[in-house]
Amino acid sequence: MTTLSGAEILIECWKKEGVEVIFGYPGAATIDIHHHLATSSLKFVLCRHEQAAVHAAEGYSRSTGRPGVVLVTSGPGATNTVTGLAGANMDSVPVIVFSGQVSRMLIGNDAFQEVDIVGVTRGITKHNYLVFSTQELAQTIKEAFYVATSGRPGSVLVDLPKDVLSGRTEFIYPKKVFLRSYQPHLTPHPKQVSKVVSLLKKAKRPVIYAGGGVIAAGAGENLLTLAELLAIPVTATLMGLGGFPGTHPLFLGMLGMHGIYRANMAVQKADLILAVGARFDDRVTGLLTQFAKEADIIHIDVDTTSIHKNLEVDVPLVADARQALTAILEGLGPAPDYQKDSRAQWRELIEEWNRICPLAYEPGTDVDGLIKPQRVIEALYKATHGKAVIVTDVGQHQMWAAQYYLYDQPRQFITSGGLGVMGFGLPAALGVLVARPEATVINIAGDGSILMNIQELATCAQEGLPVKVAILNNGALGMVRQWQDLFYGRRYAATTLGPGPDFSQLAAAFGIKGLVARTEAETEAIISEALADPGPVIMDFKVSPRENVFPMVPAGRAIDEMILRPLELP
Amino acid sequence: MELGTENAKRHTLAVLVDNRPGVLARVSALISGRGYNIDSLSVAETMDPDVSLITLITTGTPRIISQIIKQLRKLINVVKVTDLAEVDHVERQLVMVRVKAVEPNRAEIMRLAQIFRATIIDVSLKTYTLEITGGQEKIRAALALLAEFGVEEQVSTGLTAISKGTMAPKNPKTIT
Repeated sequence: MTTLSGAEILIECWKKEGVEVIFGYPGAATIDIHHHLATSSLKFVLCRHEQAAVHAAEGYSRSTGRPGVVLVTSGPGATNTVTGLAGANMDSVPVIVFSGQVSRMLIGNDAFQEVDIVGVTRGITKHNYLVFSTQELAQTIKEAFYVATSGRPGSVLVDLPKDVLSGRTEFIYPKKVFLRSYQPHLTPHPKQVSKVVSLLKKAKRPVIYAGGGVIAAGAGENLLTLAELLAIPVTATLMGLGGFPGTHPLFLGMLGMHGIYRANMAVQKADLILAVGARFDDRVTGLLTQFAKEADIIHIDVDTTSIHKNLEVDVPLVADARQALTAILEGLGPAPDYQKDSRAQWRELIEEWNRICPLAYEPGTDVDGLIKPQRVIEALYKATHGKAVIVTDVGQHQMWAAQYYLYDQPRQFITSGGLGVMGFGLPAALGVLVARPEATVINIAGDGSILMNIQELATCAQEGLPVKVAILNNGALGMVRQWQDLFYGRRYAATTLGPGPDFSQLAAAFGIKGLVARTEAETEAIISEALADPGPVIMDFKVSPRENVFPMVPAGRAIDEMILRPLELP
Repeated sequence: MELGTENAKRHTLAVLVDNRPGVLARVSALISGRGYNIDSLSVAETMDPDVSLITLITTGTPRIISQIIKQLRKLINVVKVTDLAEVDHVERQLVMVRVKAVEPNRAEIMRLAQIFRATIIDVSLKTYTLEITGGQEKIRAALALLAEFGVEEQVSTGLTAISKGTMAPKNPKTIT
C-alpha cells in the first residue's frame, strides 16, 4: 500500500477540488505543507498578514465564484483570520481557511502558539472542523469544500494538528459527500411559485429588490429577463450591485441608508416587492415597521433562516435564486401584458422623483480649492469606461463608489458589506488580480482604511500585481465624522487623522509608483498616468473633508425620511 | 418591539444532533450568541449511537421560536429539530432534594414521598434525601410542600421528553 503524509494528502485534495492558488503565511505548524507545496503545481501567494490573506482569498472568490483557499499557522496565524472569516460568512463568500494546530497530545496544554481556533470561530463560520486523524483528513476536506460552496455559501475553517499532517495513510478521495444533517434546499416549491406569478401579474407598482444572492447564484440573466418582460424597476443592495446592469433604464440605483432617492421612494410606495437573494438588513430597511407598508412582499432566498427573520413576508420562496427565477419565468408564460398602463404610470412617477432629487453634489471645488470626492469616482468611471473591477474599503468612499460608479457586470463591485471591514480593499484587490490578471482593478480607499492593511503593497510589488489604489484622502475617518456632523454637534472625537503619511513616498518605499492630485485638473491626469502604468500605483487625491454622503437615512428612521443635502451649518 | 413577551410561551425542542465532540457547544453557543434563553437542557445518546438527543426548553414568541428552530436546523451537525409544543408528548425531570427531617415530621415526609411516588435514597438522623421524577407541575408541587420542612440542598436534571404513540387517544389524561 502506498501511503502519503497528511501534508501531501492536503495538497492532493486541493488539486482534486480544482484549487489553483492558496493565500497565506507560513509558520512552524504548517512548515510540512509548505515543504511539499513548493514543488507542487499550486501557486502560493505570500501575503504580509493573515487577515489580508483571507481578504485576498475573498477577492479571489468574490470575483470568480470559486472558493478561496487560505493556509495559516497555528495560534496568532489562526486568530488573525477571524475578521476575514466573519466577513466572508456574512457576505456568503466561500472561503476555506486551513490552520495549523499543535500536535494532538499538546492540545489543551497551552502549548506554544496553541489556540482553540475551532472554539473561537464557531459562531462566525458556516462550519468548522478539527481533524482528529490522518485517516479522516480527505473526507473532512471534501466536506469542507462542499459546505463552503453549497446552499448559502460561507466560510469554513479546518484545523490541522501537526501530527495529523505528518501521519501517513492511503490516499482515497471520496467522490461524493452525503451529510444527512445538511441538505440545502435549492428547488422552488411549485405552489409558492404560482403565488408569486399571480402577484406579479396583478401588481400595479412592483419593484424588484435584488441582493448579493443574485450574483452568488448566477441569476443575473434571469433577473434581467424577468425585469424586462414585466417592465419592473430594479433596485439593488450594496452586495447586489452589478447583479442587474447599472446603466439599464429600469435600474433605480442602490436602496437603503445611502440609497438613491427614487429607489427608496419606489420601495416605500410599491404595491409589490420581489426580494431576490437579499435579507432585509437594517441598513436597507431603516425603521422596519415603516418599510414598504403598502406592498405585498415576496422573498426568495436559499437560506431558510433569512425568511421572516427581520420582516414578516407574504410569500416566502426558499430556493436558489436562479432556479426560482427560472420557475417564475416559466409560470408567467409568453404574454406579459400585465397592468401595462399602471406600470407605465408607475415608472413615470419614479422618474419624476428622480427629477425632483437626482443623485448629485455641488460641482466645482470646495472653499479651499479641494477636489470633491464624488468627482474622483466620476473621473475613474469615465477613464475606465465603466469596465474596471472596483474594490472598496469601508466608509464614505465606499458609498460614493456604490452611488457614482455604475456596474454593468456581476462581480465587478467587490466590497465588504455585512461586516464592513476597513482594510479589506487592498488585499481583496490583489486577490482579484490573482484570479483575473487581465482586469483593471481599482481599490477605492479612504486614508483611514488603506493604512489598515498597507503592508500588502509589498505583496503587490513582489507578485507584480498592478492594483491601482485611489485614496480619497480627506484627513479624517469620514463616515464617523459625518455622523458627528449631523447628529453629534460637530464634536469630531477621535476622527481626525491629520496630515497623515505622504502616500507617494510610502509607495516609493515599497518600490511602486505614487501620484498625488491636489486640484481638479490633476485628477484626470494622474488617473490616466496610473492606468497607463503596468505596475501597481497609489493615487492620493486630496479631497474636501466637508463632503458628506447623501441621501442619508438617519438610524432608526423610515427609508423615505432622507436627509437629501448638507445641512446649512454655521 | 420584538422584545415584547406578551405572546412568549415555553417550548420544548427535541434536537437530534451528530454524536460528536463540540456539537453541544455549537447548539448552546448559537442560542446564547443570538440572545435567546435556555431554561433547561439535557443531553444523552439515543438508540442510534451516532446520534444524540438534546432536549432544550426555551421561552419566546412564536417568531423567536421559529427563528431558533431554523437557526438550529442550519447548524451542519443538527439532524432534526422537533417542537414538542406541536406534538403530544410526555416530559420528565429528576430532582434530588435533601430535606430536614426531625420529629415530629419524619413520618409526614415519608407519607409525602409515598404520595408523590418519590424514593428516599439517603437517610440521616436529621435529614431524608428524596428522588422525585415527574413533569414540572408535580415536581413544583412536591418541592413546595417539602419547603415547609426546610430544604437543605436540591439538585435537578434538565427536562427530557418523548412524543406519544401515534395510536394514543386524543388528549388523554396524562398518566403520572
